[in-house]
Amino acid sequence: MTGKNAENTNKNYLDYVSEISPKTNELKTLLHAFWVGGFICFIGQAVRFLFIYVFGLYGDVLAGATSMVMIFLGSFLTGLGVYDKIGKYAGGGSIVPITGFANSVVSPAMEFKSEGYIYGLASKMFVIAGPIIVFGVIGSVCVGLIYYVKGLFI
Amino acid sequence: MMKNAYKTLIFENSPSIIETYSIVGKKEGEGSLGKYFNLVLSDDRFGETTYEKAECKMLSTAVKRVINSANLKETDVDLFVAGDLLNQIISASFTARDFEIPYLGLYNACATIVESIIVSSMAISGKFISNAVVGAVSHFSTAERQYRYPLELGSVRPPQAQWTVTGAGAYVLSEKIEGFPSITSATVGKVVDFGVTDVNNMGAAMAPSCASTLVRHLKGTNTFPDEYDVILTGDLGLLGSKIFRKLCRDEGFEVELYHVDAGSIIYDSDGTQDQGGSGAGCGTVTFASYLYPLLRQKKIKKALFLATGALLSTISSGQGESIPGITHCICVENL
Repeated sequence: MTGKNAENTNKNYLDYVSEISPKTNELKTLLHAFWVGGFICFIGQAVRFLFIYVFGLYGDVLAGATSMVMIFLGSFLTGLGVYDKIGKYAGGGSIVPITGFANSVVSPAMEFKSEGYIYGLASKMFVIAGPIIVFGVIGSVCVGLIYYVKGLFI
Repeated sequence: MMKNAYKTLIFENSPSIIETYSIVGKKEGEGSLGKYFNLVLSDDRFGETTYEKAECKMLSTAVKRVINSANLKETDVDLFVAGDLLNQIISASFTARDFEIPYLGLYNACATIVESIIVSSMAISGKFISNAVVGAVSHFSTAERQYRYPLELGSVRPPQAQWTVTGAGAYVLSEKIEGFPSITSATVGKVVDFGVTDVNNMGAAMAPSCASTLVRHLKGTNTFPDEYDVILTGDLGLLGSKIFRKLCRDEGFEVELYHVDAGSIIYDSDGTQDQGGSGAGCGTVTFASYLYPLLRQKKIKKALFLATGALLSTISSGQGESIPGITHCICVENL
């Protein structure tokens, strides 16, 4: 088989494959993601209230302290081998919050520790989180520029 | 050895498979084939510090024990042919380090076991050697790390995905001995690529090559599916099996009644593995512990074993390449 003929065969085959491949049940996965993600944010909000009303924190310190607690929880549950189980159930619901970011840093760190602390753990730590950081920084620079330009005229 | 238009190899001095040994992980031990395996590990690390070392120890243990239970000594074995899924096939090569046996390391992904059998059978049939040990191994935790994500990452598997089998198998092949199942013919697969790029859909990527090799083998040996008691495929999974049967039907061969896919039966269908098992160990341990004993006890007479492999790497898929498939076939029968 060469040229056009092969292309047609391939296309027919790929159409057939996508037709019989099982589809993700989107309603179910969205529901799971929604309630677990919401519940993680609920815990975050509870931590925030705790810091406001019990410790009297506010502003940047409050935001920092709340994030730290949530990152700790995400990392801790990853270390215990629980967070991946939550992830299998919740999908995006547990990836999007800051706990998911913690999971994406801690899990490769654990995995690659076997190749040593420098070339394993430390260098592979950001394998998954790296792109998030890079595009997060680029995004924030772009937004900053927009604000800056806007400020010149208004 | 005869040559024909379909390039099927017919062994005149057909080698016998005189012993097999299989080791699997805990999850496989809990599956529907659990009671057939020779050794089920309770600890996926097998007492080692890393999963890679565990994988190597699994193959090494299987080789050691298969040689013992075949009543051979290490020095009786003329050739060790093996492979695995890790980069530079370290599990097979590091296993070979433990033995004083000449070694050929092969890689055809999950088709490695039948590739190894074919190479050894040619050497035995050609009277270059008397005894060979073949083996293949895969481990869920090492494969995940090489091909996918860290184990503890909370990622979701798509419904078309398969689960890499933690398993190692080794077989002893010898010059023909009466009473043992013999390898009478084999077909070396061609690489077939229908353009599937979804790395989670290995079944669809491999099914065309499996159908191609089976059809060639049937035509090359002038046989039909109903002449075989079992047609065992390596790791097509549930979806891949469905596609494979359809492709065979399109070619005029109805295989549904005889086809068993190791990937589809190795786990219980409790929904967590989606399409079933995959990996170099999947077909290897299933043949060793399920099909071979049936042949040995003369409960079945003639069977085909087709090991299916997906020849991709993380680099090729990262560059958007499609997934080439390969399938090798052997016919094992009681003469």
